[in-house]
Amino acid sequence: MLQYIVKRLIYAVPVALAVSVICFSLVQIAPGDPLAVVLPADASQEIIDQTKARYGLDKPLVTQYFLWLGNALTGDFGISIATGRSVSAEIASAIGYSLGLAIFATLIALVVGLTFGLVAGYNIGKPIDKIASAVAISGVSVPSYWLGVVLVVIFSVHLGWLPAMGAGINEDAGLSERLSFMVLPSIALAAMPAGIVTRSVRALVADVLTKEFVNALRAKGLSEFQIFIHVTRNAAPTALTVIGVQLGYLMAGSILVETVFSWPGTGLLLNNAILTRDIPVLQGTTLVLALVFVLLNLVVDITQPLLDPRIKRT
Amino acid sequence: MTMISETQNKVQPEAQVHVSRGYWQTVWRNLRRDPVAAVCMIVLALIFAGAIFAPLLTRYDPAVGSIVSRLKPVGTEGHILGTDEQGRDMLTRLLYGGRMSLLMGTVPVLLALVIGGSLGTIAGYFGGRLNTVIMRAADVLFAFPSVLLAVAIAGALGAGVGNALVALTIVLIPPLLRVTESAATQVRALDYVEAAQASGAGSLTIIRVHVLGNMLGPVLVYSTSLLSVAIIMAAGLSFIGLGAKPPTAEWGLMLNTLRTAIYSQPLVTILPGLFIFLVSLSFNLLSDGLRSAMDVS
Repeated sequence: MLQYIVKRLIYAVPVALAVSVICFSLVQIAPGDPLAVVLPADASQEIIDQTKARYGLDKPLVTQYFLWLGNALTGDFGISIATGRSVSAEIASAIGYSLGLAIFATLIALVVGLTFGLVAGYNIGKPIDKIASAVAISGVSVPSYWLGVVLVVIFSVHLGWLPAMGAGINEDAGLSERLSFMVLPSIALAAMPAGIVTRSVRALVADVLTKEFVNALRAKGLSEFQIFIHVTRNAAPTALTVIGVQLGYLMAGSILVETVFSWPGTGLLLNNAILTRDIPVLQGTTLVLALVFVLLNLVVDITQPLLDPRIKRT
Repeated sequence: MTMISETQNKVQPEAQVHVSRGYWQTVWRNLRRDPVAAVCMIVLALIFAGAIFAPLLTRYDPAVGSIVSRLKPVGTEGHILGTDEQGRDMLTRLLYGGRMSLLMGTVPVLLALVIGGSLGTIAGYFGGRLNTVIMRAADVLFAFPSVLLAVAIAGALGAGVGNALVALTIVLIPPLLRVTESAATQVRALDYVEAAQASGAGSLTIIRVHVLGNMLGPVLVYSTSLLSVAIIMAAGLSFIGLGAKPPTAEWGLMLNTLRTAIYSQPLVTILPGLFIFLVSLSFNLLSDGLRSAMDVS
């Protein structure tokens, strides 16, 4: 087991490095001179050269990459062109909001997905399975940003129950008030993973129920509830894997939903960076989110065999 | 032999028809008999036809509005689906918007299918070191959540339909590469491929005749479900200001600009997204339908 963990950890290093190369090259594919924003249009050649040297742009590309990587490893992603603040400070103040939203959405997806999946898997082919499956595929197909708008129309515009945007940071809000700001964006974000979890749990439960050991348990005289526990235990590791990977997608995929709700997370940060062509912020945020994703996949890969010894560790 | 089949033909015409039916004909027949898949195909056909024949279906210009008739509700005389924040006819913009949205959703899948499909086939069929190199490169792109990668690339390249198409294609290559690679690897291990090699068939012939034919099923199912993802992502890029630019009619962009009208005309606001959802849902259901239609025993 230890050997597997070490092997998996070592494998994550080249992946993380490759991710950093791609993030570094984002600046290279961006059109226009990166210095155009800092330098006046009529700057003399001498000043251009000096500035290039200051930003390390006079060095070969490979050297530039390692300088950038060295800085990034110490948490220095450069300065935001739009705000003048350090990129790491911008990310630090935003990432908590995205994480909070992603965890909240993951919990919703897990509860809804497990419930629907179990009900559907136990009743394959019956009307209730058809309904649950229809809801699941709608969840997978719905654009999160549109669902967000629809939720605002229903719960903010018509019913007036929940706030339509923001995170309630500036108000002297209590916990429940703060949570009320999270409800709609979380639901919009949770729809897709909830659908995915439902579909995989449904298939798993249906498969487990056809297994010999379930018949054996019935023959032994176990109650349906005790059998249910066995079925759940068999389906849980896969459900957890699915949800672990989804958490990573939600962290990064929330850009559209955060834009709808003006939620002050990394998604809104990315969106503002795109609108102002703030490449350092785009680059830094992408790197941090991608590394979080790599890390979450690593955690999933390592914990999965711990939860389910049947999974081969290769 | 001919005699026997002819007599059978006279006695049992049904059975003869069944015997002569090919695999794809059977799949097509199953698909048409599946009510959900049939409805999806009709919905998609209507939406695609509406987009293609937009100029014939409406008398309005999608880019020209009128200040006096801004934000009319659904059901207004002359504007059956209302008007947008610049007084442009919503039905017209939804029809024309379909052109751009469907184009931006389908073209990247086709491009990724060609690029990812060829790389995957090569990796799977030849195996060895070539496989390792190609698949490790795909792993790197897989290390990114797809939406993040698409936004990052399109964001760095700058707004524009062309850049969005590039970004979406790059994001869609790795999943198609994986599907084709595993299909090609499986086919390569089959006995008759070995037999074809032994009888002197070249790699190209084997790939063309045996590998591609066997891959078509899973790749078709997978591509159809990817169309659903691509349409959501493409409109999403336009929604955040990458992709289509105003005054172009595009569903994601329309949803974004109409958000200002969410309190005055909520129903009009949600219309563009409804079309994204309908197309995405239809492709997903069709993919499920294809999968069961291909399960020909």
